[in-house]
Parts: sequence; C-alpha cells; structure tokens
Amino acid sequence: MRKQTKVEIWVGIFVLMSLLALSYIAFQVSNFSGWKERPTYEVSALFDNIGGLKTRAPLKLSGVVIGRITAIEIDPVSFKARVHMNIDQEFNQLPVDSSVSILTSGLLGDQYVGLDPGGDEEVLEQGSEIEMTQSAMVLEELIGQFLVKFSESD
Amino acid sequence: MNGFQSLMQEIGRTFLEKVAVFGRGFLFILSLFSAMPSALLRVDLLMKQIYVAGVLSLPIILMAGLFVGMVLSLQGYNILVEFNAEEAVGSMTALSLLRELGPVVGALLFAGRAGSALTAEIGLMRSTEQISALEMMAVDPLKFVYAPRFLAVVIALPLLVLIFNALGVFGGYLVSVSWLGVDDGAFWSQMSSQVDWHEDVVNGMIKSVAFGLLIAVVALFQGVNAIPSSEGVSNATTRTVVHSSLGILGLDFILTSIMFN
Repeated sequence: MRKQTKVEIWVGIFVLMSLLALSYIAFQVSNFSGWKERPTYEVSALFDNIGGLKTRAPLKLSGVVIGRITAIEIDPVSFKARVHMNIDQEFNQLPVDSSVSILTSGLLGDQYVGLDPGGDEEVLEQGSEIEMTQSAMVLEELIGQFLVKFSESD
Repeated sequence: MNGFQSLMQEIGRTFLEKVAVFGRGFLFILSLFSAMPSALLRVDLLMKQIYVAGVLSLPIILMAGLFVGMVLSLQGYNILVEFNAEEAVGSMTALSLLRELGPVVGALLFAGRAGSALTAEIGLMRSTEQISALEMMAVDPLKFVYAPRFLAVVIALPLLVLIFNALGVFGGYLVSVSWLGVDDGAFWSQMSSQVDWHEDVVNGMIKSVAFGLLIAVVALFQGVNAIPSSEGVSNATTRTVVHSSLGILGLDFILTSIMFN
C-alpha cells in the first residue's frame, strides 16, 4: 500500500506540473482571452480597398489598441469591402463623425486600422457605421500613378 | 511453370500476410477501445501506468524542453539581430515550440523512452507466459494489462508536451533576455500578440493527443505480436521505436497541412 501511495503522490505532482505549464502557456505566452473577455460593441465601415488587412488586426486610437477587426466581407449593394470591428466598451465616448484609415505599422509591418476622433456630440454605439474612411495605400497603384505622371510630363 | 507458380505463391502469401497485419491491428484497436470503461474503473492500475509512462519520462522531457528552447532562441536571435528584429525571438520560439517542436520532439522522446519499454514489457510478459497465466485464471489481459497501459500513454503524452512547451519558452527567455539582452517587455508582448490560444496552443495539444494514440497502439501491438524469444522481443522493441517515430513525423505533416492552412 505504501508503494501505491508513493505512485499516487508522484502522479499528483506530475498532473499539477502540467496544469501549471498550461496556465503559464495560456496567460503568459498566448493571448488567451476566454476568461478576460471584456465587453465590446461592434461598428462597421466601408472601404474602397482594404489592401492586406486581415481579421484580428488591431484598431488603434493614437497608437493605443482599442479594438480588433472581427470580420471582412463584400457589401452586396456597393461592392465595397465592409469591415466589422469590435471596440472595447471602455472607449464608448468616440464621436460619431470619427474617421478610420488603413495604415501600415513600419515599412513592411502588418496593416491595422487607425481611428481619428471627430468633434460630434453623438457617440458611436453598437451597430453604428463610420462614414469617413480612407483606403489602404496600395503600392502597385502608387507606382501606376507615378508612371502616368511621368509619361505625361514628357 | 513450376518456378512461375512458386513466385506467384510467394507474392500472394506476402501480400495476404501484410493485409492480415492491418486487419489484426484494426481489431486490436477496436478491442482496446471496448476495454476502455474497465480501464477507467481500475484507477489504481491506471495510476501505476501513468507513473511508469509519464512521471518516469519527466527528467528527459524537462531537460530536452529547456535545451530545445534555449537553442531555438539562440539561433533565432543570431538571424533576427541582422534585421534589428531581435524582439521577435520570443514569438518565434513560442510559435515553433507550440506548433511543431513541442508535440513532435516530445512524442519522439516519449516513443523512445516509454513506447520501447512498453513493448519490451508486454513482449516479455508473453514470452514468460505471464499473459497465458492470467488467461488461465480467467483474468482478461486486455482489461487488466493492455487497456490501462494504452490509456496511460494517451493521457501522459499531452501532459508531458505541456511541460515541454512551458520549459522551452522559459529556456528561450533565459537565453534571449537574461543572456543576450533582448528587452523583457518586448519579448513577452510580441509573443502574446503573435501566439493565438486556439490556433496555436489547442492545435498543438490535439497533435500531442494524436501522437499519444499512435505510440500507444504501435507499442502495444508490437508487444502483443512479438515472437516470444529474446531476439523477437528485441526486434519488436526496435520496430516500435522506428514505426512510431516515422508515424509521428508523417502524421505531423498531415495534421499541420489540415490545421495551419
């Protein structure tokens, strides 16, 4: 019986170690959000071109992450890209005439959505649509424009 | 004509034998699963086997995890520092550990450490006729011997992989932050913004469960079908390590192509 007790103690230590490892991985290593899910509200915006924007990309206000992109789809009426984003409930004082633009972090970094607050009294809430948008800078189009100007000036 | 006939006979017999191995293996897996409830009821037997397979594999997993993490971040640092992106060493180490190296290296070590021991044990139990003795006493070896070992291997490997991953990340932290001077905050924040709980951690754990099933089935099947002689048991042990290692690498490719596509 003493041997069995020793075995059980060791198995207990083993299981405890793996649980510690799991919580270390969950909270320190990964962005585990199952337990610390904060309340958010969803807004959307129409863009002419989203470039390389992906879901889960951050939404930033003055460089601070205030939300995430949850879905990207094509609007069936205007054939523009509709970007849905969740904003933390903490930031519920954003004016309704704020504008969003798709920006790139660094020269080769990931794309994110930057929000510029407007001055309206009304605030964004669940289901609002942001009217003023600025599309992503697409390098190929810039080069195209440059070439057109270059040939015109000749 | 006679030569042709015997050649055909040879080909036919080899083919049928190979097919029969697959059939026996499949029936064996089915019988293992049917014996699961009785294995769950005998907790004391299960504990003993988790101790043998899991706890006794801890030292090798701890050492390997630490060193794999350390060497990953050292190599990563040397490449990334050329692009002034040495903060990304944390996310690189964590992603490669959680997605691939943790489950695969952990399972390979586990196959060598616990899978081979399992085959040798079962093979020797058969060659010394302990299994027959159990059957004589109307004790079903499937419920009493095989099923607890099967379940213990399947439970132990994911737990070991978790510990492997955590120590690997810690090893990477030691090398890159404490030794090479990467910024502490950037190391962790880059890591936690890049590593996704569901996509990376959970998928890695699914991999380790699949590898555990593979190792358990191969090790038990080779043990049960070992020729009951010292040479037969040694051959079966070798086959366990070779087959389960190759199986792990092949299955890893298939799982990766399904999960991260």
